[in-house]
Amino acid sequence: MSDIKKIKDEYLNKLKNDLKIENLNQIKTELFGKNGQISNLFKKIGTLSQDERKKFASALNIVKEELQEKINFKIKEIEDKEINSKLESEKVDVTLPEREISQGKIHPVSQVIDEISSIFSEIGFSVEEGPDVENEHYNFTALNTPDNHPARDMHDTFYLDQNKKLLLRTHTSPVQVRTMLKGKPPFKIIAPGRTYRSDSDQTHSPMFHQVEGLHIDKDINMGHLKGCLNFFIKSFFEIDKIKMRFRPSHFPFTEPSAEVDIGYEIKNGKIVIGEGNKWLEILGCGMVHPNVLKNVNVNPNKYQGYAFGIGIDRLGMLKYGINDLRAFFETDYRWLNHFGFDPLDVPSNYRGLSR
Amino acid sequence: MKFTIGWLKEHLNTNKKESEIIKKLTNIGLEVESFEKISSEANGFKVAKIVNVEQHPNADKLKVCDVDIGDQKTIKVVCGARNAKKNLLTIYASPGSIIPKNKMKLSVSKIRGVTSYGMLCSESELNLSNNSEGIMELKLSNYSNQIGKNFFKNNQEKVVDLSITPNRPDCLGVRGVARDLAAAGFGKLKKIVIKDDKRIGSQNIKVKILKNKNNGCTIFGSCLIRGVNNRESPKWLKDKILSLGQKPISAIVDITNFVMFDLNRPLHAYDADKIDKEIIVRNSKKGETLVALDNKEYILDDQMCVITDKSGVLGLGGIIGGTRSGTEFETKNVLLESAYFLPRSIRKTSKVLNLDTDAKYRFERGIDPNSIEIGLSRAARLIKEICGGKISKIDIQKTEKIKICKIKFPTNLFEKITGFKVKDKEIIKILTDLGFGVSKKKFELELNVPSWRPDITQPIDIVEEIVRVKGYEKIKSIEPKKIRFKDTLNAQQKLFHFIQRAIASKGYYETVTWSFTDSKINILFKENYDEIKIVNPISSELDVLRNSIFPNLLFYLKKNLDRGFKDISLFEIGPIFKSNQPGQQHTVVGAIKSGKISRLNWNEKERMVDVFDVKKDLIQTLSEAGYDKQNFFIREKSPIYYHPGKSGSVYLDKDDIEPIGYFGEIHPNILNKLDIKTESLVSFEIYLDRLKNNKSKLKDQKSKYEYSDYQKSERDFAFIVDKNFKAQDLIRIISSIDKELIKSVKLFDIYEGENIPSGKKSIALNVTIQSSDKTLDENDLEKINKKIITIVETKSGAKIRS
Repeated sequence: MSDIKKIKDEYLNKLKNDLKIENLNQIKTELFGKNGQISNLFKKIGTLSQDERKKFASALNIVKEELQEKINFKIKEIEDKEINSKLESEKVDVTLPEREISQGKIHPVSQVIDEISSIFSEIGFSVEEGPDVENEHYNFTALNTPDNHPARDMHDTFYLDQNKKLLLRTHTSPVQVRTMLKGKPPFKIIAPGRTYRSDSDQTHSPMFHQVEGLHIDKDINMGHLKGCLNFFIKSFFEIDKIKMRFRPSHFPFTEPSAEVDIGYEIKNGKIVIGEGNKWLEILGCGMVHPNVLKNVNVNPNKYQGYAFGIGIDRLGMLKYGINDLRAFFETDYRWLNHFGFDPLDVPSNYRGLSR
Repeated sequence: MKFTIGWLKEHLNTNKKESEIIKKLTNIGLEVESFEKISSEANGFKVAKIVNVEQHPNADKLKVCDVDIGDQKTIKVVCGARNAKKNLLTIYASPGSIIPKNKMKLSVSKIRGVTSYGMLCSESELNLSNNSEGIMELKLSNYSNQIGKNFFKNNQEKVVDLSITPNRPDCLGVRGVARDLAAAGFGKLKKIVIKDDKRIGSQNIKVKILKNKNNGCTIFGSCLIRGVNNRESPKWLKDKILSLGQKPISAIVDITNFVMFDLNRPLHAYDADKIDKEIIVRNSKKGETLVALDNKEYILDDQMCVITDKSGVLGLGGIIGGTRSGTEFETKNVLLESAYFLPRSIRKTSKVLNLDTDAKYRFERGIDPNSIEIGLSRAARLIKEICGGKISKIDIQKTEKIKICKIKFPTNLFEKITGFKVKDKEIIKILTDLGFGVSKKKFELELNVPSWRPDITQPIDIVEEIVRVKGYEKIKSIEPKKIRFKDTLNAQQKLFHFIQRAIASKGYYETVTWSFTDSKINILFKENYDEIKIVNPISSELDVLRNSIFPNLLFYLKKNLDRGFKDISLFEIGPIFKSNQPGQQHTVVGAIKSGKISRLNWNEKERMVDVFDVKKDLIQTLSEAGYDKQNFFIREKSPIYYHPGKSGSVYLDKDDIEPIGYFGEIHPNILNKLDIKTESLVSFEIYLDRLKNNKSKLKDQKSKYEYSDYQKSERDFAFIVDKNFKAQDLIRIISSIDKELIKSVKLFDIYEGENIPSGKKSIALNVTIQSSDKTLDENDLEKINKKIITIVETKSGAKIRS
């Protein structure tokens, strides 16, 4: 038994030193190798008497485990140290720039169209489209704007033939006509898209975007029109309080017709929508003229409703503080980067229109 | 439409304040554009005299004038007007003043090296007329003692400027505006009292309206004022004319203008002595000419309504008079015309001749046919008062009776349309005040529409009259219901939306460019589509509808390269046009990528963008949009604007007839032609209309989830094939050998050169093999190995590389 104690003390003492992995292996061999001291003691067990055997074996096992544990701990310690020092040498400058980011952008017009679609989706409108090239009938005549009507002067039209029968649509209203001709009431649609007028200066661009709205059913009146536009304007500008004014106007395809102004003020050189004592015209609307309904085979004695037309680019300018309309279409990389939207930023009514 | 509040009150008894009136006007549909003194910023405009003129040293068309601006001050002004000459009295605008026409603020500036201290103004710049030729010329007799004084008098009243919609010709006269305000409860419309003048003698110039087909004139009223003494207008009249933004000419002309703006009754005054015998109103004959009061000569078409005498055309009815019979200060006898011209005829003629006048503007919108007499009486009376003379009896020639428009108005229609109720009694009052004849029946009103309201023809028009007078603020807003019966977007629209964002998420900036483009660039991309010319383009560089997105993208790419950008990724999703017919358009994505990847990068080697970058973006986009990449098929065919060796087309399926997209390098010749300098330029296109929609929704498309946990093995093969053998074919052959066992085929190397016979190349592939019902042993693997080699060798003529 004293051998056991002696070995234990001797080696525990040895293991207190600062050892290398080779020393530890050496110690392992000395203790547990074929002729190791502990191994030899185990061999002795068979020579002992029944009584001693049990005691001896138990004491030997305890020491064996203690030493083994101590050795393994030491080995682990050294390995950890080695790994750590190896990792230390692999250190990089993490402040170096990351790999190239390629960040794309969505054009403000597309983003605003998606915002508009999301808002109208909530109140049951679906999206319709129509061709950019129109004939004179769909663009004017069917919309109660016969040839020789002075209202045609309000639209500077691009023509595609000498007879002035084919043209680039001057508004999105022909989509109303096409939609009603191919379906049956009720109708509840919006139609965003490109529109064209041969007009080009600081505030006019030969191409711009409009969204048309049309809601026809049995009992849709001007109160619905007001409610719908109220809802839209508040949702779009993401403010609860917004001053709106409906005032009488004239469009050949609606009767009664209205223009809608919203309140604004200039604060620190920036336009602020909502309150304020200035008015800004943002859209035209009205009750669809019975002549238009007749032209698309809808009985005006049975069905009625409203239509509106909003300038998309203008809305975007107001919401996002863009002051030059022409810049929308000039593809300046800096401008696209500045005003463009992240493609993952999809407007929706549950996450909100914009961040 | 311009007028002053004072003028308005000549027709309206009201105690409302100016500000209330202004607000009300807008509320009843007569939008106030501005309400200000035309001369509110007018202190800077002085009567001045040019004392010396020299040629500008650096510009042929410019002159340097010494200008006397009073107080013994003479300053230098650079001027381009041809009529600038010594001793001319004109209007000088000092630095700091704002030019009324364009709202530009003047400052001292150098013009081609000579400093100009202000500007000499034309009538058009001062909003006094449309005359922009030359600077204003003031009469020596009137202004020679005014040098240095303000041209605009500061005690002028503020001027209301209304924007009148085309349906309201009646409000192109002050009286019409007054009537609307009275109906809206803003006072009482005054009666017009014209002293009953003694009519002396008859109007003895014979007037005939010929019964030509579509004669644009149906009523011609006239009277003579004999023995007048034409002169300058008195101050009150001049002030009125100035408040309209017009220049006083002579009493007779000013009076006809005044009556036009006052009662919306255009008149024309002839010098009666210049009329050759009689007046004939007829259709013009092709080739007839007229020198009009704007000093231009017009060559007429046939079927234009002209006022003529024995010697020829005197004027274009309702549009403009001629110089031959115009009144002058010397005119002694005046023939006043007050007629009715058909809007359609006026509009047609003025369009053809490109002529716009105040009279034309009114007649084409519709003038009250019953205002002929009152117009004549009013003007004749004023002429008599100002210029003296004797007024003849009135002569009226008519070819058509004036019809009264009658409307039956069911009063419940009002609430049905507007959502709120107005009592019948109030409706009747409003309509009566607006001039309607009203008789009440049980459920409806029988209405006689006033002759000055040609826009009102049916019950809905009556609704508008009542609601605008009541005020749109009375309409109660109804909250929209949040219910949806139909999907917001259809499948094609969803696809558009998805693809747009999918491409942007690959690093491309979305742009929106014109649907038109430069024909010179377009021709490089138009393929076999029609060239679609715009008849009236805004510029010759935007003269056709685009047949491709690329002309504009490349145009703007160049602009951005010029700005110093090199690595540019742009795309646009939008229409291209196949012909000039509605619907003949495609929705297309065009995307371009220029420059390098990892330019100036510290840890990655930079390289040019290449065809495989755009191929990846194209394939990934389509795959993300839900199309099965396994079925895609690439062909070498591509449009001529691509590099013929580095471009291709993508088919959703091998058997498809049309490709859904193209990708490749842009042809170097095109870059040369457009002078685009970039290291590399690649692009792709997607034709959205060719993308078939998946018939089922995503929830129904997913196949059953099956997977195998048995061990998978990978085997590498290298085949030697002909140099022009397509990698795609090799992959397709291997993939189709055993769809059960071959899970994927990955091409990892292409090699030509040493150890490979010339005209050949080596393609190395990694094939993943896995069974879904057992672990494959060496035997099985060997079998499939052999199969792959044999089939590839027989099908492609390839040789396995040992």
